[in-house]
Amino acid sequence: MGFEDTALLSRILTLMTLSFHILYATIGVGVPLMILIAQWVGIKKNDDHYILLARRWARGFVITVAVGVVTGTAIGLQLSLLWPNFMQLAGNVIALPLFMEVFAFFFEAIFLGIYLYTWDRFEDQRKHLLLLIPVALGAATSSVFITIVNAFMNAPQGFDILNGELVNVSPLLAMFSPAVPTKVAHVMATAFMTSAFVLASIAALRIVQGSKHVYHKKALLLTMKLGLVFSIATALIGDFSGKYLAEYQPEKLAAAEWHFETEGEAELILFGVLDGEEPKYAIKIPYALSILAHGVPGAEVTGLNEFPEDERPPLWIHYLFDLMVTIGMWLAFFSFVYVIGAWRKWPIIQKKWFRWLTVASGPLALIAIEAGWWFTEVGRQPWILRGYMKTSEAATTSGQVDLMIILFAGLYFILGVGTIVVLTRMYKRNPVEKELAQREKTAKGGGTE
Amino acid sequence: MTLEIIGISVLWLFLFLYVIVASIDFGAGFFNAYSAFTDKQHILTGIIQRYLSPVWEVTNVFFVFFFVGIIGFFPQTAFYYGTTLLVPASIALILLAIRGSYYAFATYGAKINHRGYIYMYGLSGLLLPASLSPVLAMSEGGFIKMDGGEPYLDYWALFTSPLMWSIVVLSIAAVLYISAVFLTWYANKAGDAKATELMRKYALIWAAPAIITATGIIFELRNHTPEHFERIMDIWWVFGISFLLFVGTVYLIWKKRNYGLAFILLVGQFFTAFFAYGASHYPYLLYPYLTIYDSFTNESMAIALIIAFIAGLGLLLPSLYLLFRLFLFDKDYVKGKSDYHA
Repeated sequence: MGFEDTALLSRILTLMTLSFHILYATIGVGVPLMILIAQWVGIKKNDDHYILLARRWARGFVITVAVGVVTGTAIGLQLSLLWPNFMQLAGNVIALPLFMEVFAFFFEAIFLGIYLYTWDRFEDQRKHLLLLIPVALGAATSSVFITIVNAFMNAPQGFDILNGELVNVSPLLAMFSPAVPTKVAHVMATAFMTSAFVLASIAALRIVQGSKHVYHKKALLLTMKLGLVFSIATALIGDFSGKYLAEYQPEKLAAAEWHFETEGEAELILFGVLDGEEPKYAIKIPYALSILAHGVPGAEVTGLNEFPEDERPPLWIHYLFDLMVTIGMWLAFFSFVYVIGAWRKWPIIQKKWFRWLTVASGPLALIAIEAGWWFTEVGRQPWILRGYMKTSEAATTSGQVDLMIILFAGLYFILGVGTIVVLTRMYKRNPVEKELAQREKTAKGGGTE
Repeated sequence: MTLEIIGISVLWLFLFLYVIVASIDFGAGFFNAYSAFTDKQHILTGIIQRYLSPVWEVTNVFFVFFFVGIIGFFPQTAFYYGTTLLVPASIALILLAIRGSYYAFATYGAKINHRGYIYMYGLSGLLLPASLSPVLAMSEGGFIKMDGGEPYLDYWALFTSPLMWSIVVLSIAAVLYISAVFLTWYANKAGDAKATELMRKYALIWAAPAIITATGIIFELRNHTPEHFERIMDIWWVFGISFLLFVGTVYLIWKKRNYGLAFILLVGQFFTAFFAYGASHYPYLLYPYLTIYDSFTNESMAIALIIAFIAGLGLLLPSLYLLFRLFLFDKDYVKGKSDYHA
């Protein structure tokens, strides 16, 4: 098998693993915070509904974490199996955050085990809540460390290459590349945002299915509020990400925006099709690209033609970028309407079609996560380590990658279906109404409404 | 002590810890499946759910720690082992996925206790050591070869090698032995006489194959890697201590005395053997291509990793202590008197 082939096959397998893992990873980073907030609200308001909400979320969460652990182990090993040349270089320069990520995850896994198996073991709910803090913290920091590695791939620094030898390695400088602030903030905010919307979808679905219990309404309002906060944060961070790209990876921004000639007063192009270098049927927002890139309507934005042809990312990332931005904007707007509507008691938010739109918000957020990661990864091509190593040079020479693709495709299919089946079965067998009734029966006054 | 030695010692220690905790996990799954097969399921299932479910993710992190750490300290291993291990490591990943999903889907989740699933989970516990341990054989040299500057794995040589098969048999026997000794102790603590007796029987059964294959491997190395064999003979007395500890464990289990001490002796036995093996393998990571010196990372990265390791350990040890206090040393929990699962 040829050299080019294994690179392509390795890309396919990596894409498969990451696309699957990122769903679980995003939920894994975001949901602990949601559980924490719900349990805290429950203690604060002395409202058993929120405590039960936290507990039921935690039950589902373990299942996603377990699959996330499995797929995370897979991608961790696959990096070395599929990209040995890259890992040999990366190991010398960016191993530190990878190593620290393991510790962060270690910490999370330990406390998650403790948290899950100690419900009601403490008299004081607050003590149990304390155990969740290391879980949320561990999840968040492990995503920070991994994102730092990804940031390094986009804006490598902290080393020199002299006659093919690595010299002057500075692990800390490599860790704090210019891509870090915006990337880390973006990953965290979107994880919280997506988790909030996924949980909102579940609550909305139960309401659409006819459950009248106030429990679901409380869950929905809480998660939509959180969704609103984090989608606004995401939009702000997105603006900074644009400025980062313009400065450090102008080719990625230019390819995403089909911006070929370097010029000022650049317009933002949404969707459309490309005819040569001419976008057609697109929505064009005047000055918006200049503002996104530099904050000023007249600012000059570097065009794609400044780069040699073999160093340009593929142009179809435009659609990924647009999809991500559109969904992000929509969710911010939608949750804003919902929260205002709930506050002003607008009847519209009780309408069935509106509920269905609410149900759609979780899946939409997950699609945006996929689009975002595809955008940033494909947008870095042809580089695996921008400016230093091309993806095609990094791949394994092993001839069995194609077989592994089939094997892992089967695995991810089973894990995906398994997750859905187990989660739905678990909640169907033990609906919240039933559990609330039981809890009220066993509670001896106090603590419950 | 050089940075290289510190690096490899840390990694070897974590690999050792993984071998112990993973063996308990793998073996328990197999015994569980075997008792399901012979309709004695209820004896072990409770114990497995109470001990293994809260800690399996932690077990898994030891493994991740090792392969992330080795790339960090010895980046060149990525080139040799990354390329050649694609198939065996992928198979191991699939098997790990079966185990992880069993915990997720069958024990925490909807309690799907389909027999087929229990068997798959049990079988994966035997296949995993069988898919991971050949790496030890590969590191002895002769199986990873070079073609135009690129390493490849000679499957034919590997699969016809008695050394490889002995290592596979040892890994399986050791998994079952370690697990049985631990579970004897745990079941005894839980006050479950039936399970204790069953596990004690398994411990005695698997003791002999474990020690026989281990000894056999040392003699096979004489032909396969004479250099390694000679270094083993230089420190033969450490292996001797290991053997005495083995005798101690078997004696205690046989006499039904002090299962806790028996398990501690077992850990000592594997610790001495594992480190003596590691020391005699020194300085090679892969005969004859790779030593810990020529594959080592740069100095600034090594120091950064060691500092991160010490800081991480400061965080980890108290947390692990808490975990074990709650699930391993808490009498009520172990006995199943209290179940606080979410």
